[in-house]
Amino acid sequence: MTDSMTVSARRRRPDPVALVALAVVLIAYGRAIWFTPPEMLQGYAQKILYVHAPAAWVAFLAFGLTALAGAFWLFLKDPRLDRFAESSAEVGVIFTTAVLVTGPLWGKPIWGTWWSWDARLTLTLFLWFIYVGYLVLRGVISEREQRARYSAVLGILGALLIPFIHLSVYLFRTLHPMPIVANPNGINMPPVMIVTFFLCFFAFTCLYVAFVRARMALATERDALDAAVLGDS
Amino acid sequence: MSRHATPLGILASAWVIARKDLAIEFRTRSAFLSALVLSLLSIVIFFFAWDPTAVGPADLAPGVLWVTFTFSGLLGMHRSFGVEAHDGAMDALLIAPVPRQSIFLGKALANLAFVLGVQAVSLPAIALFYNLAIGPAFGALALVMVLAAIGLVSVGTLFAGMTANTRLAELLLPVLALPFFVPIVMPAANTTANLLAGRPIAESFAWIRILLAFDLVFVYACMLLFPLTLDD
Repeated sequence: MTDSMTVSARRRRPDPVALVALAVVLIAYGRAIWFTPPEMLQGYAQKILYVHAPAAWVAFLAFGLTALAGAFWLFLKDPRLDRFAESSAEVGVIFTTAVLVTGPLWGKPIWGTWWSWDARLTLTLFLWFIYVGYLVLRGVISEREQRARYSAVLGILGALLIPFIHLSVYLFRTLHPMPIVANPNGINMPPVMIVTFFLCFFAFTCLYVAFVRARMALATERDALDAAVLGDS
Repeated sequence: MSRHATPLGILASAWVIARKDLAIEFRTRSAFLSALVLSLLSIVIFFFAWDPTAVGPADLAPGVLWVTFTFSGLLGMHRSFGVEAHDGAMDALLIAPVPRQSIFLGKALANLAFVLGVQAVSLPAIALFYNLAIGPAFGALALVMVLAAIGLVSVGTLFAGMTANTRLAELLLPVLALPFFVPIVMPAANTTANLLAGRPIAESFAWIRILLAFDLVFVYACMLLFPLTLDD
């Protein structure tokens, strides 16, 4: 009991990585909101790109690392890898949700529709389904070793599945072309926007690291508590 | 356990396990008949869910068929590990001197027979109820169904094994498996639609290639990963 209390007392101090992430986010979005001009054709709606694209990058990064951590766990059986996979998947789902929410907000004024069965949009939606399933699976298994095993297998299969979904939705879309009013082109961006854009990527990556660290600390404490209560390992 | 199992040995023991599962199924017939009735019921109910004057039955049929196959297949696969839940049958299977891959392959083979059996009855049934001319495209349709069934069964069997002894198993299996069925159902339904519209199979080669690649990758991956889901 005293042990877990000292642990939580120590965690009261904010994580320095989180403070850095917060500072970078403030700088990046301060710049995006006040010091970066709106795009000529899309107006202020384009600014959602500074949230949407970095969130999509973090989502893919998070799920890629989840699959990798799972694969390594199968060989090393290190519980830290499983805790990392769990944390990364959860943070990934949050960022994917942000992508799926900001996408339609931008799509309505620019495409003229909230949702379109665009290849990348559909892929992101299925990515979200796969990893929500991953979290549900983790939630119903209480035995730690088994949970890690199953998650690792599901993570690897999910990574294998992504190219197939991409191929199918791409083929589906090219067979039935959808009207796309505007096509955002990242290369033809003025330098002032590019700087903001990459600053936002950096900010979200820091945020990812901070979130995963916080979530892993929680998982470590939970495992320690489980071990103390159950008296195993 | 025979550590140095030859590919032929793996297949031989898989066949024994598949035969055991099919014998249980043949003697009770409970799951197969339920899956079949479910499949026929959904074909009938879907017909009334659309306005037949707005959407022609031939346009409706591919979607109905593949939704039906997916769900009745899941029913069968859920049961395939469910039969091992009683009397410690799964533990007995695990200590049997067969390679772990054989357990997966055997279960998958029995499930394949199950899904193909449901398809073999549902296809003529939908042709009858929806007044479709499946005769000219029968060979191509059969090919698509077999390819799709292999994909459905490989992933479905692995997930059925993983979810079998968790709570919420019957709910969790579709939640995990359905995203994996997207690259199967999309090519299969689109090819079926093309074939039913009387277009040549060559137009659907791009879809069939996805199906083939999916089968190759996932049969192999699931066979490799299945032993890792088991307790040592």
